[in-house]
Amino acid sequence: MDIKDIIKPENLVYDKSKVQIDTIMHYCPGCSHGVVHKILSELIEEMDIQEKTIGIAPVGCAVFAYNYIDIDWQEAAHGRAPAVATGVVRLNPDKFVFAYQGDGDLASIGAAEILHACNRGENLLVVFINNATYGMTGGQMAPTTLNGMVTSTTPGGRNIDLNGYPMKITELIAQLPGTSYVTRQAVHTAGAVRKCKRSLKKGIQNVLDKKGTSFVEVVSTCSSGWKMTPVDANNWMAENMIPYYPLGDMKDSVKGGPVSEN
Amino acid sequence: MGEIRLMKGNEVLAEAAIRCGADGYFGYPITPQSEVMETLMARMPWNETGMVVLQAESEVASINMVYGGAATGKKVMTSSSSPGISLMAEGISYIAGAELPCLVVNVQRGGPGLGTIQPSQADYLQAVKGGGHGDYKLIVLAPSSVQEMNDFVDLGFELAFKYRNPAMILTDGAIGQMMEKVELADFKPRWTKEEIKEKWGSWATTGKPDSRNQNVITSLEMDSDKMESNNQRLQDKYRKMEEEECRYEAIMCDDAEYIFVAYGTSSRVCQKSVEIAREKGLKVGLLRPITLFPFPSKIIGKLACKAKGFLSVEMSAGQMIEDIKLSVYDAGCIARVEHFGRMGGIIPSPGEVVNALEQKFL
Ligand SMILES: Cc1ncc(C[n+]2csc(CCOP(=O)(O)OP(=O)(O)O)c2C)c(N)n1
Repeated sequence: MDIKDIIKPENLVYDKSKVQIDTIMHYCPGCSHGVVHKILSELIEEMDIQEKTIGIAPVGCAVFAYNYIDIDWQEAAHGRAPAVATGVVRLNPDKFVFAYQGDGDLASIGAAEILHACNRGENLLVVFINNATYGMTGGQMAPTTLNGMVTSTTPGGRNIDLNGYPMKITELIAQLPGTSYVTRQAVHTAGAVRKCKRSLKKGIQNVLDKKGTSFVEVVSTCSSGWKMTPVDANNWMAENMIPYYPLGDMKDSVKGGPVSEN
Repeated sequence: MGEIRLMKGNEVLAEAAIRCGADGYFGYPITPQSEVMETLMARMPWNETGMVVLQAESEVASINMVYGGAATGKKVMTSSSSPGISLMAEGISYIAGAELPCLVVNVQRGGPGLGTIQPSQADYLQAVKGGGHGDYKLIVLAPSSVQEMNDFVDLGFELAFKYRNPAMILTDGAIGQMMEKVELADFKPRWTKEEIKEKWGSWATTGKPDSRNQNVITSLEMDSDKMESNNQRLQDKYRKMEEEECRYEAIMCDDAEYIFVAYGTSSRVCQKSVEIAREKGLKVGLLRPITLFPFPSKIIGKLACKAKGFLSVEMSAGQMIEDIKLSVYDAGCIARVEHFGRMGGIIPSPGEVVNALEQKFL
């Protein structure tokens, strides 16, 4: 059969979102950033919100997010995306604003900004990519790096006495009354991708419904930073990251509402 | 004639922001400028004009809130005092690099470190040479009265938007705290969404319609050739500011043999010093830079060809003196340039300044 006989509109089962820019990505093979970009692009198209969306990109591997998702973007200083997003949303309450951040950006240098934005209940979505390392700068220790995990600044493995504990910042954020929805997801299997998409959709809808801060952590891989093949990185993540950072909703309620029981 | 009131400099900053149609203020308390946010909170402009006022968790956060708001084409500002401005340096550099308009007010106090809450002019170099990392400049306005605190808010925004560049009002605790008669500006409405789209639609991130390409606010460029041309564009902008935006006041300079150069609070002192010196028969004038960047180099160069000497009078160890010396050098003249200043929050007396002139030059 000729390929032209197969490529017909009636045979189309999957298409890339129009909001995703057709270009070569700088992300490494197996990196979770690309998957999350794809989901966000799809949701922005499906929910028809391209015209009201303003994304805040971090300093980190997602610094070039504006090259991949066809919306208006602002590139924030390292860790300051929640403050930048606050400025946008306070002055433009009719827009859908989201901050997209890595774990170094969000949990280390930007810890104050994220806690305070969530505590004020800023009406925005935070997408938090937790790959347990600083991907962009070459795989150094992040606040979320697991105990014993080898990185370029913990060549002997993370040592609790020296480096403190891997930070469960999402659990902290769930305690802040300003948040309405706090969840931890992953994108390492098809099922996980579908669940993560549902969570991100809920987060976006919450912002459109002006419910305060929604926070979606995505436990992620960094195959280059971890020095693993994409498949090994996925398996390693499932075996080591998810037990310490269990998936699921931590809060699904309203601003000021209770934290989930489990 | 506008409404006349007796007000503190800091209060006037707040009132002028509301009246000029500002969209947002983000700040963090610090003496001697806390009255700016306090006045705004008491005035509740969100009821009147829709202006947003928010107390941020730090100066780091407030300048980044300014970045976010400015990037949507809104008129946004922050104010702080010296230590807070140091914390904002990274954010200000990003704002300059991303070419965003905004207004930053520094009501200076004495440093270094926690220093003192008393007035000072020791942040001159930080303000006019950039302050943060990279080759950038702020438009720096130096008010010398409560009236100018009022006038420069609107002017600061106007210049900031004209050049898509952060503007700074560099003042100090004396002008921030003192009360004077002020004629307030009339109310200007805030820009509507449509006006913002029309004026700044080519760059502001207001949400991407099908009809245009995405707008991206960033200071990042990995291609060195492109990054160099971005830098060149900034430099061209700064040269244009130097050509077109220089402001100063010259008092009795025409026949002056000796000229005080002073801005802000110290220029007020020097006005009296000129009177005292003239009574003594000394031919003395005052050149008051109103814009510190762009610096009034040309007029100083011109005066340098006739005058015998300049006394830079600053509430610092001598910072502006460097720009005066460069101006004299660039003009190819040989007038002598000296500095007199007090530090630690002390405002020099007019007599002290005249004594310094006599000691250094006569
Ligand atoms: C003020 C400042 N400090 C340090 C850096 C260098 N830097 C760039 S990205 C990065 C870490 C990013 O890691 P993370 O947020 O985990 O994101 P990832 O790259 O893993 O997606 C650092 C430290 C910077 N750009 N700015």
